[in-house]
Amino acid sequence: MDAPVSLVFWILSFIIIVSAFMVVSLKNIFHCALFLILCLFSVAGIYLLLNAEFLAAAQVLIYVGAVSILMIFAIMLTSQLASKRISQTNENKLVAFFVCLMFGLSTLVLIANTHVWRYSAQALPEANVLTIGKYLMTDFMLPFEVVSVLLLAAMIGAIVLARKETS
Amino acid sequence: MFYYLALAALLFSIGLYGVLTRRNIIGILMSLELMFNAANINFVTFNKFVITDGMTGQVFALFVIAVAAAEAVVGLAIVLLVYRNWQGIKTDYINVMKW
Repeated sequence: MDAPVSLVFWILSFIIIVSAFMVVSLKNIFHCALFLILCLFSVAGIYLLLNAEFLAAAQVLIYVGAVSILMIFAIMLTSQLASKRISQTNENKLVAFFVCLMFGLSTLVLIANTHVWRYSAQALPEANVLTIGKYLMTDFMLPFEVVSVLLLAAMIGAIVLARKETS
Repeated sequence: MFYYLALAALLFSIGLYGVLTRRNIIGILMSLELMFNAANINFVTFNKFVITDGMTGQVFALFVIAVAAAEAVVGLAIVLLVYRNWQGIKTDYINVMKW
């Protein structure tokens, strides 16, 4: 039904699934963060396979570079729970497992049985960064500015929340 | 295209499992990042195979990444606040929403 995917895809998706499973199942939260970095890095590889070079670079810069480091900082600052041998999962583990299994299986069946996608024969524009830059400056001008305001608000909010009360 | 969508669905299910079962707030945030990434893979996949005249999907995935970064920042600030007040970051502690 569609073109066979390359060996690189299988390797990347194997790494993604295994490391994502490690992220949700390991007891040591620090190891979880390291596996999260591996998973996000492989997702950047998937973006490269899908002709999204700029998005892959942004993924590596923002997720692998910034968000994961932030997670590791938070784990280190709150390291009381990381080393103790206490349960990291709550009591509805079994129910949640079945819910997610059913959700995943039904989504897979749904995807496999859907044939209404109108495949486009046209290839993506060649100049990836150029096209995205044009979009950001023309069609997506307003969302672009709103995102910058959102990031500013998040920064101020984080500072206000984490600040020590001095009064 | 089926394989990419299947990969995204599996990643989303694993992230959902993590969100539902984790007792640690940082664990929940990490599982949330997995779910964001699954959604982004879907955006880029549809951009490559179905709607190829333009790059709207990739631009939207870029916005998702930016919003996820903002969410992580605020979430981790709340984690630090909870840790300072309760000396622990289990979700059971957050049953007080006002002070």
